[in-house]
Formats: sequence, structure tokens, C-alpha cells
Amino acid sequence: MITTHIQIAAYLFASILFILSLSGLSAQESAKRGVIYGIVGMVIAVLATLLGENIQGYIYIIIAMIIASIIGVIVALRVEMTAMPQLIALLHSFVGLAAVLVGYGTFINPQTMLMQGAEKSIHLVEIYVGIFIGAITFTGSIIAWGKLTENITSKPFVYKGKDLVNVILLLTSIVLGVLFLLQTETYGMTYLIIMTVIAAFFGIMMVMAIGGADMPVVISMLNSLSGWTASASGFMLGNDLLIVTGALVGSSGAILSIIMCNAMNRSFFSVISGGFGQEIKKGKKMEGTVKSINHEEAAELLNEAQSIMIVPGYGMAVAKAQYPIHDLVEKLRKKGKTVRFGIHPVAGRLPGHMNVLLAEANVPYDIVLEMDEVNPDMPDTDVVLVIGANDTVNPGAQEDPSSPIYGMPVVEVWKAKRVIVMKRSMAVGYAGVENPLFYKENTDMLYGDAKESVEKINAKID
Amino acid sequence: MKVVIPKEVNEHELRVAATPKTIIRLKKQGFETYVEKGSGKKAKFSDDEYQAAGAILVDTPQELYSLADIVLKVQPPTEQEIELLKKGTLILSYLWPAQNMPLLNKLAEKGINAIAMDAIPRISRAQKMDVLSSMANIAGYRAVIEAANYFGRFLNGQITAAGKVEPAKVLVIGAGVAGLAAIGTAKSLGAIVRAFDTRKEVAEQIQSMGAQFISVDIEEDGSTATGYSKEMSKEFIEAEIALFKKQAAEVDIIITTAQIPGKEAPKLILEEHVKAMKPGSVIVDLAASTGGNCVLTKKNEVYTTDNGVIIVGKIDQLPTQASYLYGNNLCNLLDDMGKAQNFKIDMNDDVIKRAMVVYEGKINWPPEPLAVSAKKTTSTKPTTEEEAKKKAAKAKKVIISNIIWLAIIGILLFALGKVAPADFMGHITAFVLAVFVGWNVIWNVTHALHTPLMSVTNAISGIIITGGLLLIQDDITNPITILSFIAILIASINIVGGFVVTYRMLNMFKK
Repeated sequence: MITTHIQIAAYLFASILFILSLSGLSAQESAKRGVIYGIVGMVIAVLATLLGENIQGYIYIIIAMIIASIIGVIVALRVEMTAMPQLIALLHSFVGLAAVLVGYGTFINPQTMLMQGAEKSIHLVEIYVGIFIGAITFTGSIIAWGKLTENITSKPFVYKGKDLVNVILLLTSIVLGVLFLLQTETYGMTYLIIMTVIAAFFGIMMVMAIGGADMPVVISMLNSLSGWTASASGFMLGNDLLIVTGALVGSSGAILSIIMCNAMNRSFFSVISGGFGQEIKKGKKMEGTVKSINHEEAAELLNEAQSIMIVPGYGMAVAKAQYPIHDLVEKLRKKGKTVRFGIHPVAGRLPGHMNVLLAEANVPYDIVLEMDEVNPDMPDTDVVLVIGANDTVNPGAQEDPSSPIYGMPVVEVWKAKRVIVMKRSMAVGYAGVENPLFYKENTDMLYGDAKESVEKINAKID
Repeated sequence: MKVVIPKEVNEHELRVAATPKTIIRLKKQGFETYVEKGSGKKAKFSDDEYQAAGAILVDTPQELYSLADIVLKVQPPTEQEIELLKKGTLILSYLWPAQNMPLLNKLAEKGINAIAMDAIPRISRAQKMDVLSSMANIAGYRAVIEAANYFGRFLNGQITAAGKVEPAKVLVIGAGVAGLAAIGTAKSLGAIVRAFDTRKEVAEQIQSMGAQFISVDIEEDGSTATGYSKEMSKEFIEAEIALFKKQAAEVDIIITTAQIPGKEAPKLILEEHVKAMKPGSVIVDLAASTGGNCVLTKKNEVYTTDNGVIIVGKIDQLPTQASYLYGNNLCNLLDDMGKAQNFKIDMNDDVIKRAMVVYEGKINWPPEPLAVSAKKTTSTKPTTEEEAKKKAAKAKKVIISNIIWLAIIGILLFALGKVAPADFMGHITAFVLAVFVGWNVIWNVTHALHTPLMSVTNAISGIIITGGLLLIQDDITNPITILSFIAILIASINIVGGFVVTYRMLNMFKK
């Protein structure tokens, strides 16, 4: 047994380790160290809690932890990198669910009933808010998971009067909260349950309204929410470690959301209110013709080029083309060519998704660059290979003020000498906008499945 | 489709419209090619080479023109040549439509379709067929070589055992394609290069080539929507002349490239300038054919003035290189027109409708203007003073709104402190500070690590497990125990799964 003072000291130490862990993740060199800090922090936090006063049910704790560890390790080792978005969404839902359970547990805990006056009111509000956020995180993440695994259609689902309904539900929750505060003992349970259902519904509808390519924002938002959830639980339990850790995670997720929104030139609220890209919007009428080439011609272009840039998008993840791409890159690099990757911040379904996929295929990370790093080099690039990206390489974002995505930062591939776009068809991208890139003089289309196309090109590179 | 390449009849013309390499490209495009014997002689291409490339040699121009669907030429056709052409033949050559109206009339009478290669509009799409650019590039290069030839010293600075050599100073006037090529060549030979242009927008291009941009202190921009420069005001020209006078005394070599389409070249280097130059200095006048930028230039002549300045009014065309680039320009144009199989004269095409100066008996000159300059409209900018005022007002607003926000936050915190227990205030403190720390730490994360960051924060938010640990009871029938058991279970999955998958991911990132 350790005293409360030592426990607080241990918590403080764990908090410091968590901060170091997150800051370690800022660079490749220190990233692994960051994870180790996180693990050590977690072990210290859990041990300090377990050794504290009044901890009961050790046997159940041990059983739960063993089962969880087995499941956790198996899942973590088996998951494919293309399925990372789903896994992360699922893990977010766990935090939400755990927070709801802890909230209810705290509410029926006899100690809660012993409190008096302002202290009790604040405590009840904490429980109420904790469960509210937890339930939204839980159902929202489950829906996100469903959309990413394609068990639920990734098309945005919106209905008329959605905003009004949401406002009414929010107001109802507040009213229920007041009623809940006025009850004694556990009579408030009914209100708590009704509110939980409302919050759950709220979470479902919120993510249902958001379409596939806005997923990076949704995931980072849920990441943020799961942090705030933990923080709310910390208030509920009077536990500073939870509060601090939750706040760290919450602000981390919020920053990711902001970065993602900036990368799409859209406000957070426009993403959350959903429904983007449902119909084909009228940008400028396209002029010029679309030229297509075959694999031999594409391979010939690559053979002749000295400086090559590859710009991948979600299409690469869908086709699982990262492995043949790695082989292609190796071949080209052996021939003394400069090959680099240019990654748009929202490419894929998860922040940083493309980087993880390329890393999985053994592509060295120092040739995988960010959009801002590659754009100035575009005019000196001989050939750009666009693989499964569309809106993120749309010149309309800079050239056509009538385009719905005007102002969004994009990878300026059209400034390169030649562009080869690998695509399954001429269909519009997620934003529902025509892409003038395909009509440019220096653009050639290479139709077909990305993986097969890359393999065929591979065969032609000598 | 039969493409024919005649021998150039103008004796000063050394170039030929197609090299053997061009013939190979034309064959690839599906054209049959006929070359008049001896066409490439002056440009150092033998008949055998043409034959080896797949061209059929023809003895006389009469025979050649009777075969032709398309004629590729350098100089405008002479009257005799036009006589030999069939109706409906397409001819591609220099035509100088602005100065050659009688020629256009003759072509129209004869029903010949003519593309003036010098009238290809200067838009991005047409760069690959822009003969003026490709020829100007050669001229710019050659101008420096000529200058170096007549100049009695090294161009680069050297420190040798025999003593120190100062680098030559070169002034390039006009930073079009020729000017930029001259800058690049002079720079690579080691000279100190300065360049002047009336268009302010080219300053960046000049500096990117490694030269110093010099200009006059008068606010006037010579840019026009057609990409060429316009004629400037009197004050500007006076300032310009004063500037050149100062420069003339300093520099060793002046290369002038200023031309205005359809007009005589502007006189920039006056007698006084030449007088100010040091003996042995060289002036290369690339505008000699249109009257020269220097008043003392003699067309097609190189001579030394009384004060020892060498003025070069004649530039070798580098016929081998020039023919190669010219031929490529033509090929690119034919490529654009659909190659042999889908060959089509599309008068709706931006390039064709401007360059096709004679079509089906009608003269199509001058064409409607087309804007190409990067800077399209001159917007009315608010004066800097207004801008500064606006900025100040904006900054004031930001300060005021900041103060208001801080005041509101302060009042709210005060109100909270009044009612809340001390414990709660402690928690709020920890919370707020943690948000600030997190906010500052995360901004530094590279994009590449966003996914690992999310999975690690996932694992860390498993800290919610402490909630379960604090609540769980010994009594398994107690609902609290069941709730917290599940909470501990899933939170642990989060912790273990999150850390393991992050570690696995980071292991994949390799340099």
C-alpha cells in the first residue's frame, strides 16, 4: 500500500511521461522512444492506482487485464495497415463505452449519495457531462468504424431539418440535466438513461452525415472527443491523472482536426454538418480533350524521366498498390533516378494514412515528403505519377474561383513536365467536382486497377 | 500524306526545315517524306543521312512541289516557288505576315494554305512549336560566343601565377528568350552579368539566371498582354539612356536583344554610349536585322569604331542546331494537328487560327489579340497609406477583442471560484494547463506520424482504466463491479492494442 501523497507523485510522473511520449512522436528519430515513455507512464499510473488505498476486486482486475492483453496483442499484430482507420475508430469507441460505464458506476456508488450541497451538484454535473460525451464518442466511433469497413454506406446521410432536431435534442438534454440534479438518491437514473439514449442518437447521426473522404477529420475529432471523455471522467472521480491525460489527448485530436480542415480549406462546422459532395457541382466547363496511354508508353515515360514524383491517394490503399509501387520505386532508384512521394495531408481515410501504408511496403520515409515540400519542385519534375488521387491534385482549387474546392491547398502536379494519372474511370472524386487536370496538355490517363497497372509498368521497366 | 522539304533558295539561309532526325519523327507520325537533293548541305546533313532516315530524295523543286500535301520551309516562299505549288497545299514557314502583305495576297490567290511559324501565339501550350523562342535561344547563346570571340580578354576572373585577371562585365539589354539565353551563357563562362528590361515582371527570371537586374527609377511597366514589351514614355527613355551611359563606361560587353514585333528595333545605344565605352569592348546587336538597337550597327557586318569598340551586326545561325530545333517545332505542330492519320486544320484551335495567316483563299491577318502575360490585369491597389491604416485598425480590433475575451474568461473563473469547492478548482487548474501543454506539443508533429500519434493517444486515453480500478468491488453481484469489470477490460484492450500497434507501425518506418 502506498499513501495518497505518493500516489499523486506517481500520477504526476506518469503525466510527465505522457507529455514526453506525445512530444517524442513529433519526429521519426524520437518516435519509438515516445512509445516507450507512454508504456512506462501507463504502467506507473496503473500500478500507483492498484497499490492505492481501498482498491478491491484484484482477482477480477487481473482476469480482465489478461483477457484484454491477449485480445489487444492479437488484434494489434494481425491488423493490416489498410485497416488502420477502422481499428482506430474501434479503439475510440472503447474509450467512450468505458467512460459511460464508469459514469454509471460512479452514479450508483453509495459515496456519491453521501455528498452535500454544491459539492454534490458539481459531482452530478460531472457525471452527467461525462456520460454525455462518452456516449457520443461511443456511437460516433462505431458508425465511423462501420463506414470504414463499408458495413455502412460511406455516402453522407442527411435529412431535412437535421440541424433543428439536433438543437431540440441538445436543449432536451440540458432540461433533463436540470431535472436530474433536482432528484435525490438514485431517482435521477431515468433522466440519465434518457439522456444517454439521446447522446447515442446524436453520435450516430453526427457521423452518418459525414462522407468518406471527410473521414480524416471525423477520426481526429473522435480522437479528440475520446480525450475529453477521459478528462470528464477525471473530474467525476476527482482524479488529476485522468484529467491531465484526457486534456492532452483531447487537444492533440483537436489540432489534428484543425490541420485536416485547413488541408481541405473547409471549416470544422461545415465538415460536421455533413452532406458535402453529394451532387456534381458546376465548376467551369471543361475544355480540351482527355488523352489516355497504355502501360508501355507509361513505362517509356518513366524510363526517360530523371526526376519522378509519385502522388498517392485513397485509391492506392483500396487497390493495395503500395507493394508493387515499392518495387517500381526500387527499380527506378537503382537506375539512378530521383523518385519521391508527395503526400497531401488528407490523402486516405486517416491523418498520415499514406505514410503508414508506404512504410508498410518498406518505402524509406526520407523520400516520402509533404505537399508543401514538393510543390516548389514541381516545375523541375519530369514525370508525376498520380495513383488513386483526385481532389487533392485538382488545379481547379487554384484556377477556378467557381469550383467548390477553390482555395483548398493541393499538390500542384500539373506544373510538372508530364503527369500520368492512374484511375479506374473518369468518375468525379469525393467532392463531386470535375478535375481539369485530366484535360491538361501534359496529362495522360492510364485507366485500370492501380495495382495491376503498376505491376504491368514494372514489367516494362528494364 | 506527303510532306516535302525543299532546298532553301535564299543564299544567306543556312538552315533546313527538317534534319534526318526530324524525318524519323515524321515517319513515326505516319507521313511520307520527300527531300530535295542537297537540302541539308549548308546545315551539315548529307543526302545519304536523309535517305537512311527514310526520306525519298527528289532531284528538282518542280517534281518535289508537284508531290506536296505539306511543305516544310524556313524562309518565306519566293514568287517562283509559289508558282510551283498546287492549290490546297499547306505550307509551314516563316512568313512575317505584318511586313509581307503582297506575299499573303499571292498565296491567297493561288489557294494555298499557309501557317506562319513566326505567328504562333506565345501561350504555354504552343511553346513546343514556338520557333521564335527556339531560334532566339540559339541567337542568345551565339551572341555571347561571338562577343567572347572578338573580346580580347577572358570572360571569367582568374588568379594565375602570372597575375590576377578581372572577370568581364556583360550587360544584356532585353530579357526575352534570347536575353535569358545570353545571360545563362555569359554566366556559365564566368562573366559578371547585368541585365536590363522594361518589364518589371522579368526581374525574377533575370535573377534566377544569376544576373543582376538593373532598372531606372521611374514607375512604368513595359509589360503587355501579348508577352512582348511596349514602347515606353519619353521620360522613361531619357532615364534609360542616362542609365546606359553610366553602364557603358563600366561594362566590357553589351548584348542587345530588344525588338518590338512588326516595328523597327528601338534605338537604345547611341553614339555617346559607344564613345563612353573602353577600347576593345564589344557590342553584339541581335536586332541588327530589324535596324539594330545600336545606332552604329551595320547589318551583316562586323567592324571597329574609331574609339576601338567592336560592333557585331552579324551572327552565325548555328545551322545544324537551329535546323534540329526548327524541325522539332514543325513536328510538334504537325503532331498537334492530328499526325498523318487524323490530320485536320481546326480553325477553332487557338494556335491554328492565329498562325494560319492564309486559309482557303482568305487572308487571316492580323488575328484577334490573345492575352498570355502572367500578370493579366492591373488591379487598382489601395495606396500603402490606406493599407497601413487598415492594418492598424485591424490590430486595434484584435487587441480589443482579446481584452474582452480575457475579461469574460476572468469573470467566469471568478464566479466559478466563488461557488466551487477548492478541490474542483485544483482539477480545473490541472485541466487548463494540460490543454495548453498538449496544444503546444502536438503542433510540431510531422504529417507522416499522424497515424502513429493517433494510435498512441488511443492507448493513452485507455487511462480511463483508472476509473474502473477505483470503482471495482470485491462483490461480483454488485452492479458496480460488473460495470467496472467491463470498463477495465475494454480500456486494457485499448492500452495494450494501442501501444503494440504503434510500435509495430514505427518499426515499419525505415530510412
